[in-house]
Amino acid sequence: MQEHNSGAGFALTSAQTPGSTKPDPILIADNIVRQFGGLTAVNVNHLEIQRGSITALIGPNGAGKTTFFNLLTGYDSPNSGTWSFNGKALNGIPPHKVARLGMVRTFQLTKALYRLTVLENMLLGAKQQKGESVLLSVFPWIWRAQEEAIRVKAVSILKNFKLIDKQDDFAAALSGGQRKLLEMARALMVEPEMVMLDEPMAGVNPALKQSLLEHIKELRNEGKTVLFVEHDMDMVHEISDWVIVMAQGEIIAEGTPSTVMGNAQVIEAYLGAHHDADLSSEEA
Amino acid sequence: MDFLFVIQQTLSATLGVNAIIFALAAIGLNMHFGYTGLLNFGQAGFLAIGAYSVAVPVISFGLSLWVAFLIGIFNSIIFALLLGVPTLRLRADYLAIVTIAFAEIVRQVARSATFNDSLGGSDGITGKFGKEFFDLNPFKGGLAIPILRFNGNDLWVVITGWILVAIITFIMWIMVNSPWGRVMRAIREDEDAVRSLGKNVYLYKMQSLIIGGAIGSIAGFVYALSRQSVQPDNYGTALTFFAYTVLILGGAARVFAPIVGAMIFWFLIVFIEQILREGVSSNLIPDWLIGVNQVGQIRFMLMGLGLMLLMIFRPQGIFGDKKELALDARA
Ligand SMILES: Nc1ncnc2c1ncn2[C@@H]1O[C@H](COP(=O)(O)OP(=O)(O)O)[C@@H](O)[C@H]1O
Ligand SMILES: [Mg+2]
Repeated sequence: MQEHNSGAGFALTSAQTPGSTKPDPILIADNIVRQFGGLTAVNVNHLEIQRGSITALIGPNGAGKTTFFNLLTGYDSPNSGTWSFNGKALNGIPPHKVARLGMVRTFQLTKALYRLTVLENMLLGAKQQKGESVLLSVFPWIWRAQEEAIRVKAVSILKNFKLIDKQDDFAAALSGGQRKLLEMARALMVEPEMVMLDEPMAGVNPALKQSLLEHIKELRNEGKTVLFVEHDMDMVHEISDWVIVMAQGEIIAEGTPSTVMGNAQVIEAYLGAHHDADLSSEEA
Repeated sequence: MDFLFVIQQTLSATLGVNAIIFALAAIGLNMHFGYTGLLNFGQAGFLAIGAYSVAVPVISFGLSLWVAFLIGIFNSIIFALLLGVPTLRLRADYLAIVTIAFAEIVRQVARSATFNDSLGGSDGITGKFGKEFFDLNPFKGGLAIPILRFNGNDLWVVITGWILVAIITFIMWIMVNSPWGRVMRAIREDEDAVRSLGKNVYLYKMQSLIIGGAIGSIAGFVYALSRQSVQPDNYGTALTFFAYTVLILGGAARVFAPIVGAMIFWFLIVFIEQILREGVSSNLIPDWLIGVNQVGQIRFMLMGLGLMLLMIFRPQGIFGDKKELALDARA
């Protein structure tokens, strides 16, 4: 078991150059290019994500973070490049198979399933459900026990995420912040090895933010890997072991939170061309 | 006015063959549209495939009717695959466009002179292809009580038809309330979210298309058998839209909606027609307002008006949940 108390627990303090190697990478990406017409949205030469760490992906709006997420998880295909998860090449693997391999994402624009209840949203996340087969679905006695076990698990996660009172409400009835929580809780039902969160705190009120942070830390304690996109630098500082900075599709810096935030290039990327992206806090 | 006659006609239509056909067509659409969010505008095509599949093998190839039923189901699966393979990976609107075209192609091919020998061209097929089915009828005398009237063949179709509707509805009810149904409803809400949870959305949408299409072809069996004939122009776009009307009348994504919707639909059509006819013939409705020959058109106008009122005051249909409908607008 690795030590997970802080960034110092990893050998992630040395290299700060973009594309630095990691002791035990779970995700490795090489030469990933995605162009939209003339625009190069993503151009990543080399990237490794350390297993069991919390890695923040930061960068101004339009830097290509979401596009990069889409590429890694099979929602979009790059013009060129290769990447692997746990040593398995992911080129051309469709999103649902990526998820089954253990890499589960959330979306910047929350995708709660509105006319399903909160509990149903959760139950949907569980893997290898017998009752999800068209033939077995008509024989409830075959899947009922498994369904009950899944429900018990869903309820315990919902309690943890303080959504248990809402379990029978439609997901549409939740606030924006609660939907973000639900989306993350639902992703956990898949039992992923790596969780990719695209702006999990956007639009979340400060009280919920704190609990989201705790949940993310807890994932690390359970040995999961987290890659998350975030604009709020205080948050990034507080929980991440490692920070990767993207600008105009490229990774321009990476390192521990304190080193990266002192990096002149990073400050320039944020404050230079994009005054709208706030370095210190989103709510300001 | 002969009220008893109006009631008899209306009730017989409410429980009659047409209600069964539309209930089945709408059950299929409910699978597609209500539970999976697939916009199939070609349900009439599946009915046509079912109808021709029972008539042609028996009449042209001398096969047994029971084999013809299996052929019909098989054909509907093949056509669902043909429709689904190119479109289900694309955005929802592609399926809508392709299914409209599909139903029209089926109809045009069926009525074309090229296949006159086997499909009967624009006259369609008329013959005793349902003999094996009607031979089993223990109620050859039919039913004639003051409020209900069916001839022998119709009574047999009505009894077996509603039993079939009940069985299919029961199976649907189990399926949509299973984890499988949960995946379907989730796909209706947001496919990408479902993919992110490791579900093969394409496969599920294909299953939905096949199941709903096969149920549509069963509606076609009933259509063909009840008339002992198949007319290509009965399977036009209007049929699909009436089936949608039935579904929305009852309330999409409710298992009993197609049954209740179909009954109400036929109740209204025949009730309005009979009232108008009685009114005109007994001079309660003056001749300058509505003539006998206009009744057929006017009942559809009134029907349309009624549907508009329903959509204004009860947009969720009979069974639907208004709050749930409102959530859709927010999504
Ligand atoms: N589907 C698309 N078609 C065209 N351009 C796109 C598309 N998706 C993203 N882009 C462009 O790619 C760039 C990166 O976008 P995105 O990945 O959303 O950035 P971020 O998530 O870092 O804010 C932006 O300039 C955006 O306009
Ligand atoms: Mg983004």
